[in-house]
Amino acid sequence: MAAKRTVEVELSTTGIGADGRPQRVPLVAGDTGGLALQAPPALEPELEGEHMLINIGPQHPATHGVLRLVLELDGETVVRCIPHIGYLHCGFEKIGEYRQYNQIIPWTDRDDYLNCVGNNIAFSLGAEMLFGIEITPRCTVLRVIGMELSRIISHLVWMGTTAIDIGAFTPFLWSFQERENVYNLLEGWVGARLTTSASRVGGMAADIPDGWLDGLKAFVRAFPKTLDECDRMLTKNAVWVGRTVGLGVMSPEEALNYGLSGPMLRASGVDYDVRKDFPYLDYETYDWEVPVGVHGDVYDRYLVRMEEMRQSVRIVEQAMARLPDGPVNVDDPRVILPPKHKATSEMESMIHHFKNVMEGPRPAIGESYVAVEAPKGEKGYYMVSDGSAKPVRWRIRPPSFVNLSAIPKMVEGHLLSDVIAINASIDIVMGEIDR
Amino acid sequence: MGLIDAPAPNVVSVEPAHSEGWITTRLDFLVNWGRANSLWPMPFGTACCAIEFMATAASKFDLARFGMERMGYSPRQADVLICAGRVPFKLAPVLRRIWQQMPQPKWAISMGACASTGGMFDNYAVVQGIDTIIPVDVYVPGCPPRPEALIHAIMMLQKKVMKDRMSDTAARMEMEPDPESQLYIPPSRIDALSQQFGNSIPQTRSGQ
Amino acid sequence: MSGFTVIRAGTAPDLPTPATPKRVPHRGGAANPSAEALKARFGDAIRRVDVVWGETSVTIDAAKVLDIVRWLHDDTSQSYEYLVDVTAVEFRDRALPIEVIWHLRSIKYRRFLRLKGLIEKGNPLSVPSVWAVYKGADWLERECYDMFGITFTGHPDLRRILLWEQYAEGFPLRKDFPLRGRFSRAEQLRQALSANPEARYSMEELSIADAFAELPLDMRERIKHGESTGE
Ligand code: SF4
Repeated sequence: MAAKRTVEVELSTTGIGADGRPQRVPLVAGDTGGLALQAPPALEPELEGEHMLINIGPQHPATHGVLRLVLELDGETVVRCIPHIGYLHCGFEKIGEYRQYNQIIPWTDRDDYLNCVGNNIAFSLGAEMLFGIEITPRCTVLRVIGMELSRIISHLVWMGTTAIDIGAFTPFLWSFQERENVYNLLEGWVGARLTTSASRVGGMAADIPDGWLDGLKAFVRAFPKTLDECDRMLTKNAVWVGRTVGLGVMSPEEALNYGLSGPMLRASGVDYDVRKDFPYLDYETYDWEVPVGVHGDVYDRYLVRMEEMRQSVRIVEQAMARLPDGPVNVDDPRVILPPKHKATSEMESMIHHFKNVMEGPRPAIGESYVAVEAPKGEKGYYMVSDGSAKPVRWRIRPPSFVNLSAIPKMVEGHLLSDVIAINASIDIVMGEIDR
Repeated sequence: MGLIDAPAPNVVSVEPAHSEGWITTRLDFLVNWGRANSLWPMPFGTACCAIEFMATAASKFDLARFGMERMGYSPRQADVLICAGRVPFKLAPVLRRIWQQMPQPKWAISMGACASTGGMFDNYAVVQGIDTIIPVDVYVPGCPPRPEALIHAIMMLQKKVMKDRMSDTAARMEMEPDPESQLYIPPSRIDALSQQFGNSIPQTRSGQ
Repeated sequence: MSGFTVIRAGTAPDLPTPATPKRVPHRGGAANPSAEALKARFGDAIRRVDVVWGETSVTIDAAKVLDIVRWLHDDTSQSYEYLVDVTAVEFRDRALPIEVIWHLRSIKYRRFLRLKGLIEKGNPLSVPSVWAVYKGADWLERECYDMFGITFTGHPDLRRILLWEQYAEGFPLRKDFPLRGRFSRAEQLRQALSANPEARYSMEELSIADAFAELPLDMRERIKHGESTGE
């Protein structure tokens, strides 16, 4: 497993510590004018104890959605942070009880809408568990490609929006350019840019079209260059370093206890990755590494996510090389519809088609919890079946909901402007938090 | 001058030879022309549609071409509210408040199926169309609408702005909600607007 | 290099290499060894053990969950350091008990365990909170309360989290709650719009409650006038 890479900071005005790691020292005005490196005076004595309340959100560009934070400030220091969520509560889990398994897939697009393909596949994995279906080898590899592509585009949005929050606009434009390339690929595959509904119980919505892999190859070749450019732009940038290092620190024990997952947990120094530790889709057979941070601050979260995108590219390359021929959908009449030409010409197939669509396939009584490593962390779908065509309970285990619940712990004691950076580093997506 | 380049029935221009760089035109036209080409959006992005809105604003589709360079994240400096995404009941008073904070003249675009009708969320939590909360000028279908669709909506809105008449003050009257119930259309109308339709009727039975 | 020491997953000796589960049987198969350990330790409080689709569910006496979870967390032979999820299930057959579900993971042993507590119909919907062991349970339990109305005794701050505090229609994920809610659309909208979006100073949740007398006059006025309602 990869150790965390160390970073040399060339441009930073804030200095480098003995361990070669950028240091964050508050800049304050010196006595003789000019800026000096020293700790700020504790508090202005006459203002001490006067607390102020401010409200950020729910409609605020830096809260990445409709999150609302009520902050109690002492001067500029946050002494208390109360998050209010639920402004995007849309009743996903209730609706799931009224839909057949395949009908739920469009909803999975919309709960974490930055990671649509990944959610589709995660849900299908859970449903296939309930039906006891083994998917085909080609489908397995295609799903790996889909999941990693969707991890890349999710991290890209994170990078772009976080950069905007911290004051750099360019990475946003670059990352959306790359996203457009992936959108084009997805559009060629399943016909939609964002809300893909790419998978089905027992297979995928469609096989990849001819020549699709060439487009993917071109993307995989070009994308690391963009990543390098962003890296040059941000990693050693004085402003970036100054505004991210040492903020929102979570120790590994705390991070585990708060239930953090994904890059948040790994940046805190716990090398838990669902793909490695509870593998699915044969992830154990790919050669890749889990980046782990050791400082648990905003900067390490950034490093971990950048490295994850590189590792995803590695996985996609290997998956492309091993993509086998063969059918995408399983040969299981319980869940897979007959081909269209048969459904319109043979009575048997038509009845089968009709029953499958109108009544829906019925899994055995049971329950399954299938977790995948989503870009935000451990995303799980828990389904309980009572033998009918619709689940009794469809539970989404939302990683960013749990990650966000640690925000009071992370921001208290920091400055107001750092709240924005810390909040951005959690990589929240409100659709998933509020569901 | 840009105004003369596009002669429209609205423009009455003096022969340039005599005009010494000035023209005459209808004030309505001049003001509308200015407004239509510098509509400052207030992105009220909540869900997936907001991601497509971001894509529209980013480099490939480039909203800046329509004079929308500046995102007015403060409602007090914005002209168009673009509601991108679903609006649950908990968010409804927020949307109403933001709309009330925007100065006249103002317009609203409802982007996506959810904002326009509640979309696929016909349940206890989601407002069935933001037109029950604020008046909407342009609806954009799609889930999510492609960036081209949003751009089309913006161009439609520009056409609408060009047709404004200053004498028509009613068009710019602030809608005052009923102080008692805070609704600005009658409850029966809201119930009618949010009726179930299409697929959502047979799909209300759980467990079959 | 300064910083934390990395906690590695799966460091317990003699663990098999993790692999994608294949051909999982519907019922039966190897149970998680923690289930046996729980039986040995807690005896009667462990009602039954099922293995469904390869996942071990241990049905426990819900009132004992805090002790059980604390032992699972602290004991080095178990070390379930990670609480994945807290949720509940109500069945369509209303006579069946409501299940409260805890999903736990042991990072060290790479194990996954599901605990189930049953609340029989007619009994008060109340189970102990596991917040004392896992801080991550805070919001998960609040959500479960919000959606099902299950109270978690011992939770420090059990309020609605996704819906607003005055939400009057009930608990949405209960099976007797209609998909579109109990009220008409107009009534739902009226109630929602009459909430004050600026209401944000709730005395209970702010530490300034002690210093109320020293607050600026206008803020005191606003708090007095109904803005103390949370949402
Ligand atoms: S219309 Fe579709 S894409 Fe847009 S917010 Fe609603 S569900 Fe999301």
